[in-house]
Amino acid sequence: MGMKHQGNTNGFGRRDVLFAIGFTGIFASGLRSAAAEDDAAARANRWQDLKAALFANRPMHDGQGMLAIDAPPRALDAAIVPVRLSVGQGAALPSKLKGLYFVIDQNPSPLAAHFTFGPKADPRNLELRVRVDQYTDMHAVAETETGELYAVARFIKAAGGCSAPAGSNDLEALKEIGRMKLRLAGTAVPNQPLQATLMIRHPNFNGMQMDQLTRNYTPARYIQSIEVTYNDALVFHMETDISLSSDPVLSFGFIPDAEGIMKVTAVDSKNSIFKQSFPVPPQRS
Amino acid sequence: MQRLTSTRAERKETSRRQAFGRRAAIAGGFCLCCTPAARLWAAESTDGLRCTEVAPGLFVTRGADEEATANNADAIANQAFIIGENAVAVIDPGGSRAHGAALRAAIRARTERPIRYVIITHVHPDHCFGAGAFLEDKPAFLGHARLIPALQARGAFYQRGLIRILGKDATGPIVLPTETVDKNLTLDLGNRPLSLHAHDPAHTDNDLSVIDTRTNTLLSGDLLFVRRMPTLDGSLKGWLAELAKLKQISFARVVPGHGPQAVPWPEAAADLERYLDILLTETRAAVRQNIGIDAAVDTVAQSEHGKWILFDAYHGRNVTEAYKELEWE
Repeated sequence: MGMKHQGNTNGFGRRDVLFAIGFTGIFASGLRSAAAEDDAAARANRWQDLKAALFANRPMHDGQGMLAIDAPPRALDAAIVPVRLSVGQGAALPSKLKGLYFVIDQNPSPLAAHFTFGPKADPRNLELRVRVDQYTDMHAVAETETGELYAVARFIKAAGGCSAPAGSNDLEALKEIGRMKLRLAGTAVPNQPLQATLMIRHPNFNGMQMDQLTRNYTPARYIQSIEVTYNDALVFHMETDISLSSDPVLSFGFIPDAEGIMKVTAVDSKNSIFKQSFPVPPQRS
Repeated sequence: MQRLTSTRAERKETSRRQAFGRRAAIAGGFCLCCTPAARLWAAESTDGLRCTEVAPGLFVTRGADEEATANNADAIANQAFIIGENAVAVIDPGGSRAHGAALRAAIRARTERPIRYVIITHVHPDHCFGAGAFLEDKPAFLGHARLIPALQARGAFYQRGLIRILGKDATGPIVLPTETVDKNLTLDLGNRPLSLHAHDPAHTDNDLSVIDTRTNTLLSGDLLFVRRMPTLDGSLKGWLAELAKLKQISFARVVPGHGPQAVPWPEAAADLERYLDILLTETRAAVRQNIGIDAAVDTVAQSEHGKWILFDAYHGRNVTEAYKELEWE
């Protein structure tokens, strides 16, 4: 499908407006998005603008086969939309991958994430959870070391994820802000790529949740960067923004040694720095 | 004994249905309640609304097992009122001002005693937006201490959503509690004590239940769902813990937040407990097996499919919520 929009836009008009109780995400995703709902032209225009703003109109190739975005066609909860970005799973990129951009076109701050990869990365599979504010195209753009850009798109039906009220977990998240966990998908074998899941407690307040009484917005406080190293070599550096879900969870591949230390540094918009180290393979106690 | 009581309620309802069948048919087939206001009630209410005296002086309207639509005025949760010697208490005023107004008419058809208390069992819109219909009574609006921050955070969002479906008038205002409950509170309606209990996070983080002591009835709010798909918005482990505590107590009947007007206790908790148990066990297993949150939605607790009304609308979201809770264990 490549740059074509993958969402099925049939049947929108017939869809009942749902009002799902208490489930802010489903609730919002059930509402018809006023703008750009199935207006392919409007979505294409939006992407033209974003290409100019984010990539200075550099030429962009069709990344079909080399790149893919996996996401549910309709989000269950627009505040926690799981997205998988895969690179080189079908055809390989013509030259080495340098970085990967993930853009949620209609979000208030569309560039959700920019990854740059280091020598310890296995960048074939990345998973993250994002907020989606309205029905939108999402784009993944791979940048090679030779400076070429390859892009794919995917349409998703979800709405309200950015302004959705904080969940009941968010107080918990504030109490434990910066706490991290790391899970490995298997046993570490030297030089064999291994998938890891990093979890960071952080409410990731995006400044769009209104307090009904004061009519003020909960001040924004969100993670701006996450850097992961293994034995002091870079796995990845991620620049991110208000599109990341609260309590960010990120899965990525890396290349382990016989033993080593994975270090994580996260910095939020209040300049709080959260650091943690994990022995990999984990030490048995 | 418990069984007998609910059977009596059912019989009573059946006889009402027969007695008012003709009138109800004329009024549109909706009303089984409260004679003088029957037409008003029917005019303002919607398909499926029924009002039953489940125990002396304790009345319950049955919410429809549907999503909110323009047709049902968000009358999708149960409402209750209790008449004491001096005053009336409402427990869950309904899902919209229109739904609340229908309840108010039903109360006024039975008694002129003042409506002194409106108790809101939790923040969800199908339980709290009816409060707008009772402002003129100047009652105390009672809720869990955490209901205020929850309404501050979500009220406007819920209201916008309801307005899109029902319009502004039918939706009504956000009504904040005027009094809150930290742990326990006892009210008296005149020889009719009510005991309010604020729960730890369970269905939501602001669940409040009511015991009508005279009839030994628990009005559980959404701590109990019967037949309609439960929705998890607080703490899965907490909900199971609160259910376990409540099961230790013997009640003559329970009025659930969704489902029949009165159900036997603790038998009626069995389905909910089974669902939450499976959700806990299988989500926890998914986390441990590194099955992602997206895949877990399609694999966890699929054995419950077909056992609940609206399963597809809520189950995936429940798994997402459970996953977010359990991955931090």
